[in-house]
Amino acid sequence: MYNGGKIIVGLIIFVGLFTFPIFYNMGKTAEAPKPNIDTPEINKMEKKQCVESKEWMKANHMQMLDQWRDSVLRDGNLEYVSSTDGKKYIMSLQNTCMRCHSNKKEFCDKCHTYANVTPYCWTCHIAPKEKEI
Amino acid sequence: MSINRREFLKIAGASTLFGLTGTAAVEEILKTSADASVLKGADALSAKRWAMTIDVNKIRSKEEYEKIIHACHSIHNVPDIGNQKDEVKWIWEEEYENSFPGVSDEFVPAHIMHKPFLLLCNHCAKPPCVRVCPTKATFKRPDGIVAMDYHRCIGCRFCMAACPFGARSFNWRDPRPFIKEENKEFPTRMKGVVEKCTFCSERLARGQKPACVEASGGALVFGDLEDPNSEVRHVLSTHYTLRRKPELGTGPSVYYVIGGGTEHA
Repeated sequence: MYNGGKIIVGLIIFVGLFTFPIFYNMGKTAEAPKPNIDTPEINKMEKKQCVESKEWMKANHMQMLDQWRDSVLRDGNLEYVSSTDGKKYIMSLQNTCMRCHSNKKEFCDKCHTYANVTPYCWTCHIAPKEKEI
Repeated sequence: MSINRREFLKIAGASTLFGLTGTAAVEEILKTSADASVLKGADALSAKRWAMTIDVNKIRSKEEYEKIIHACHSIHNVPDIGNQKDEVKWIWEEEYENSFPGVSDEFVPAHIMHKPFLLLCNHCAKPPCVRVCPTKATFKRPDGIVAMDYHRCIGCRFCMAACPFGARSFNWRDPRPFIKEENKEFPTRMKGVVEKCTFCSERLARGQKPACVEASGGALVFGDLEDPNSEVRHVLSTHYTLRRKPELGTGPSVYYVIGGGTEHA
C-alpha cells in the first residue's frame, strides 16, 4: 500500500471526528423542556383549565387540532364541547388556543424544537405578539 | 383432501364474520379522541343554497365600490401586492364587456357599458374547480358554498384553469409583507396556495352576513336560493337579472340586477 501510514492516520482522524458527537454525548440525556405556561391571560384565570385535562392535551393536542380544523372547515362547525367539564369552546387555533397561550415561543416552540417537529401552522395563522408577564 | 361446497361456505362465512368484527375491534382500539362532541354555532346562519344578488344601480360612487372591496379584503387579510401579475383578489371591479362576454351587445346604455360590476366567486352549483382539484382542497359544502381548505392546497392551479370567472388568485409570493393591517382573528395564506372568496363562511357560522353585504348598504342581498320567501328570491322575482356565463352550465349563484325592476323603475 502506497502511503499506508498516512492513509491509516487519516482514517483514524476521520473516524474520530465523525463519531465525536456520539462519544461526546454518550451517557448524557438531553433534559426534557419544561415549558412555562404563565401568560397574563392564564394568570388572570381563577381555575386554570384548558379545553381538556393537561395530560390529555399533552398527548393528543395534535390530533385534536386536526379534528378541529376538519370540523370547522369541512363540516362548518363552530363549538367544541369539552369532555372534561362540558364547557363550550370556539374551535380556533388563533382565537381560542393562542388567546390564552399567548407565549408561542415558550409554549409551542420549546417542545417542538426538542422533539424535532416543525408544524407549519404559522405560515398562515398569525402568532400572537409575545408579551412580558 | 378436498372440501365440499358445504364446508367451503362454512369457512367463508366464519372468516367473513371474523373479518367484520376484527376491524370493528381495531377501530375501537385506535380511537384516540376524547368523548366530546362538536356543535354548530347557536346563531349560525344556514341555507340549502346560499346566493347573492348585486344591484348594479345601487352602487354609485367609486368610494362605495372601494368600501365594499376594502371590507372584504381587510378582514380576510388579502394582500395588496400592487402589480397585476401577482395580484390577489376576492372581490373586484370589471366592466360590462368583460363581465358578461356572452351577452355584451353592441349598443348598450352608456351607464351600463362603462359601469364597473362587482365580481367575486360565483359559488357555482356545479363548480368545475371542485371537479379538477386533485386533493379535495376545494370542495362544495352542503349549503352551496365552494370552500377552500388551504391546508390541503398543493398549488397546482388546476382550479384556476378550470374556473371560467377568474375568481381564483395564486400566491406567487409570501403575502404577509403586503398586508397593511393584519386582522388577527383570521389567518393569512402562504406562498404557493390558491385563494378566493368564501362567501364569508366563517362569519355565517357566527350568525353574521358576509362582509361585502354588510358594507354595501342594501345593494348586495344574500340569502337562501331554495327558500321561496328569502330576500334573494324576492329580488329575483321582482327584477330582471343576469348571471355570468350561464351558457357554460356551472350554475353561478351570484345574480346581477341590471335595472328596470318593478319596485323602482
